[in-house]
Amino acid sequence: MTEKKPTLGILMDVIRRPYFWGIIAILLLLAVNVVKDPSYLSLSVSPATGNVVGNLIDILRAAAPIMMVAVGMCLVVATGGIDLSVGSIMVVAGAVSMEFLKNMDDSTSVGAALGAVGLALLIAAILGAVNGLLVSVVGLQPFISTLVIMLAGRGLAKVITSGQNTSASNDSFRWIANGYVVGLPVVFLLAVLIVIAVGLLVRRSALGLMIEAIGMDPKAARLAGINRRGLLITAYVASGLLAGVAGIFATASVMTVDVSRTGYQLELDAILAVVIGGTSLAGGKFNIVGSVVGAILIATLDKTVVFLGVSSSATPAFKAIVIVVLCLLQSQRVRALFNQRRSIGSSTPKKETLPA
Amino acid sequence: MTGDAKRIVRQRRLSDMTQSIPIVEMKNISISFPGVKALDGVDFRLFPGEVHTLMGENGAGKSTLIKALTGVYKIDEGEILIAGAPRKLGGTAEAQAAGISTVYQEVNLCSNLSIGENVMLGHEIRGPFGINWSATFAAATEALEKLGLGHLDPRQTLSTLSLAMQQLVAISRAMVAKSKVLILDEPTSSLDANEVEGLFVVMRRLRDQGVAILFVSHFLDQVYAISDRLTVLRNGGYVGEYLTRDIERASLISKMIGKDIAALKSLDSEREAQDHVYTEEPLYKAVGIGRKGSVEPMDISLHRGEVVGLAGLLGSGRTELARLIYGVDKPDSGEIWLRGSKTDVSSPASGLAKKIAFSSENRRDEGIIRDLSVRENLVLAVQAKRGWARPLSRKEKDEIVSKYLVELNVRPADPDRPIKNLSGGNQQKVLLGRWLATKPDLLILDEPTRGIDVGAKAEIQEQVVALAGEGVSVVFISSELEEVVRLSDRIIVLKDHRKIAEIVNGPGVTAEAIVNTIAEEGISDAHADVHVGAAAEEAATS
Repeated sequence: MTEKKPTLGILMDVIRRPYFWGIIAILLLLAVNVVKDPSYLSLSVSPATGNVVGNLIDILRAAAPIMMVAVGMCLVVATGGIDLSVGSIMVVAGAVSMEFLKNMDDSTSVGAALGAVGLALLIAAILGAVNGLLVSVVGLQPFISTLVIMLAGRGLAKVITSGQNTSASNDSFRWIANGYVVGLPVVFLLAVLIVIAVGLLVRRSALGLMIEAIGMDPKAARLAGINRRGLLITAYVASGLLAGVAGIFATASVMTVDVSRTGYQLELDAILAVVIGGTSLAGGKFNIVGSVVGAILIATLDKTVVFLGVSSSATPAFKAIVIVVLCLLQSQRVRALFNQRRSIGSSTPKKETLPA
Repeated sequence: MTGDAKRIVRQRRLSDMTQSIPIVEMKNISISFPGVKALDGVDFRLFPGEVHTLMGENGAGKSTLIKALTGVYKIDEGEILIAGAPRKLGGTAEAQAAGISTVYQEVNLCSNLSIGENVMLGHEIRGPFGINWSATFAAATEALEKLGLGHLDPRQTLSTLSLAMQQLVAISRAMVAKSKVLILDEPTSSLDANEVEGLFVVMRRLRDQGVAILFVSHFLDQVYAISDRLTVLRNGGYVGEYLTRDIERASLISKMIGKDIAALKSLDSEREAQDHVYTEEPLYKAVGIGRKGSVEPMDISLHRGEVVGLAGLLGSGRTELARLIYGVDKPDSGEIWLRGSKTDVSSPASGLAKKIAFSSENRRDEGIIRDLSVRENLVLAVQAKRGWARPLSRKEKDEIVSKYLVELNVRPADPDRPIKNLSGGNQQKVLLGRWLATKPDLLILDEPTRGIDVGAKAEIQEQVVALAGEGVSVVFISSELEEVVRLSDRIIVLKDHRKIAEIVNGPGVTAEAIVNTIAEEGISDAHADVHVGAAAEEAATS
C-alpha cells in the first residue's frame, strides 16, 4: 500500500504488529520499577568475574524457560491444539536429570552432565510423542490428551524421585543456568539460539506453512496431501522437547528438582505468552517472535511483582489485570479504533521473519 | 406450468407493478475496496410480490450489492430507500429490523437444535415461567404450514433434514421474523431437481403472499422458471433491468459476459463423436472397488487422454467413488492397478504421490484454505508432495504462481491477496491450478463449475478438454448432465451407490438419455441386471 507519510507508515506498521503492545507493556513495567527505584535499570560489570549483572539480566534469565515452553506451545496452538502438559514435562525432565546425576558414580564430570541432559530430553520427547499419538492417531481432543499427561507427568516425577525433592551437584550442569559467556548468562543465550533454530526450521522449510494449513482447515489440508498425523506428532514432540529444555533450565539454576513446584502452572504462562504474541488459540497463523515477547513480558511481570512487594496472595490478580489490559489493546475492535482510517483487509500481513 | 388465464393475470400484475412503490430501491450505489471499485453506480429495485433475479458473472458485484442491502458493507455513494423512505443500514440487525432477511447458500442455522427452535429462535413464545415450549412449537408448526411444510415435526433435530429442507426451514424462520424482503443467495446450487422444484413452490407461495424475493442463481433454467424480472451486473457496473419474458437466453448471456457467445457454443460440438480405441493398458483400473455404505463394489478403468464423466443424482455415490480413487476414504474391497501394477491408495498423500489429484466439490471446507494467500493456496499441494523438508524456493513458487494465474485467467492476479477475498469462480480456478501444478496423470474434478459464472465455467471446461488432449486422464463430475455429456468421452452412470451403466459418448447420447437410464433402472430390479449387462457390452464393443 502506498503511504503518503513514510515515517508514519513505518510507525503504523510497528503498531500493527501483534506483539507491539507486549513490548509497550514490558517498557511500562520497567518504567514502574524505575519510579520505585531509579537505579533499577542500571547494569554493572562484576569486577571479579567480568559478568554483567543487574535486574534486566535477572529478567532475561527468568524468561529463558518461559521462552522455551512458549515457543513449543506456539507451534502446538498453530495446529489448532493446546499442550497443557508442558509444566509437567518440565518437572519430569528435571527429576530425571537430578536422579541421574545423583546416582552416577562420576557425578561431577562433563559426561555426566551431558548424559543427564540427553536422558531428560529423551524422556521429554517421548512424553511429547505420547501427546502427539493420543491427538493424531487415537483422535482425542488435545485438551484431554495433554491434560492426562499433565496429571500423569507430575505423578511420574514423584515416582522417579520417590516423592523427594532431589538435589545433585555437577558444575557443568549448573553452568547451563548460572554460567556466563561474553558476560551474558548462558541460559538466555541458549534460549535465544534455540528460538532462532526453531524459527529457521519452521520458516525456511515448509513446516510453518503446513502447520498453519492444518490449523486453519484440517480437511482441506488433508485433501491437499498434507500428512496431518506426522505434523501433529512433530509439533507435540517439539513442544515436549522444548519443555524438557525448560525443565533443565529450571532445575539447573538451583540444582534441585521440587516435584510440586518446578514447572508448576507454567503451561498457563506459556499459553498467555502465545496469546500476547498474537497467535490465535483457534489455530492457524503463528508468530514465534511474538511468543518470545510474551515470555519476556511474563518474566518481567513476575519480577516486578516481587520487586514492588505485592503480597504473594495478590500476585495472580495483579498478573490478571496486566494481561486483561493487554488483550483489550490487542482486540480487533480496540485496534480498529487506532487505525480507523485504514480499511480492513487492505494490507497484506508481512511474513514474520526472525532476527537471524 | 400455469394456465393461460393465470399467465395473463400475472403479466398484467407485472406491468402494474412498476406503478407501485418498490419495497427496496437502491440508487446509484458505489462501493470501493482498496484498489477495486466493486460497485459503480448500480441501480436496483425490488417490488413486493415479485421474484427478481440478480444476474452476473462471478465478481460482477452481485454479492457486494446483497451485502450493501443487508448492511454488511457501507455504501460510499448512493442511497437505499426502503418502502420509499431513505434508510441507512448499519448492520445486519438493522437490515433485519427493516424487514430484510437473507438465506445463504450454506444454511446459517443451528443444526444441533430442533427444527422448531430454529424457526422460532429469538421469537419464542413466553409464558409466566419462561419460554412456553409447547406454544412455541405450535407456532413453529404454523409457520412451517404456511410454506407447505406442515409434515415436519418441529421437535426433530435440524441436522436430520436434508440441506434442501434446512433451507426451507431457514426461509420459514425469515417469515417468522416478518420479513418483507427475502434474499436467496444461490439457494439451489447444491439441490437436486426435485428439491429445486420444492423450493420454487415455496418461493411462488411467498411471492403470492406479497413477499419480495431477490434470487441469485447460476442456473439459467431456474432463473427462467422462477423469476419475473432480472437485473444484470457486469464488472461492478449496472447493465440493465429486464422482464424475464422479454429477454432471450442468448442475449442475456451476452449481456452478462459482455461478448458474443459463439465461443461458448463452439465447445458444444467438440466432443460429439468419440472414436477412442482402448488398446493400451488403462492408466487406472479397479476391480470390485467399494466401501461399505458409500460405494457398492464396481469395476472402473480410466485411460490416458480420456475424460470420464460420472453421472448420477446427488447422493448416487459419484463423490464417494471419487474419494475412494484419491484415497480420501479407504476402499474396503477390491483391487487397484495403476499403470499396470497393483497398488494401494490409502490417503490423499499417497494418491498425490501416485500422480492422482482430486478437487473436492466442497470448495469452502475441503478446497481453499481461506486465510492463506492465493500464492500459498496454489503451491500447497506441490509442497505437500515434496514434503516439508524440501521447501519450494521463492523462484519455483513464483513460476507456479505466474504460470497458473495467467493460464487460468485468475482475477485479480494478485498472489498475495488472501484467497477468501476472491470470487467463487476465481477460487475454483486457483484450486484447479493447485492440482495442475502437481502435474497429475489422473485428475478428478468434483463439481468444478458449480456456483460459478458462465465465463469461468467455459474457461474451466476448455481446460478439461485441453488437459485430456495433453494425455491426462480426467474424471469429471457434475450435477449438470448437459455439461457431463458435452465434455466426456465415456460416462459412468451411478445410482444408489451402484454403477448402473457405462456409456461411450457419441451422437446419440444426450442428457435425456442418461436421465432415462437412471429412471428406468429404478422400475424393477429384474431389468437392472439386463441393463447393466447391455451397457457393459456396449462399452466393450465400441
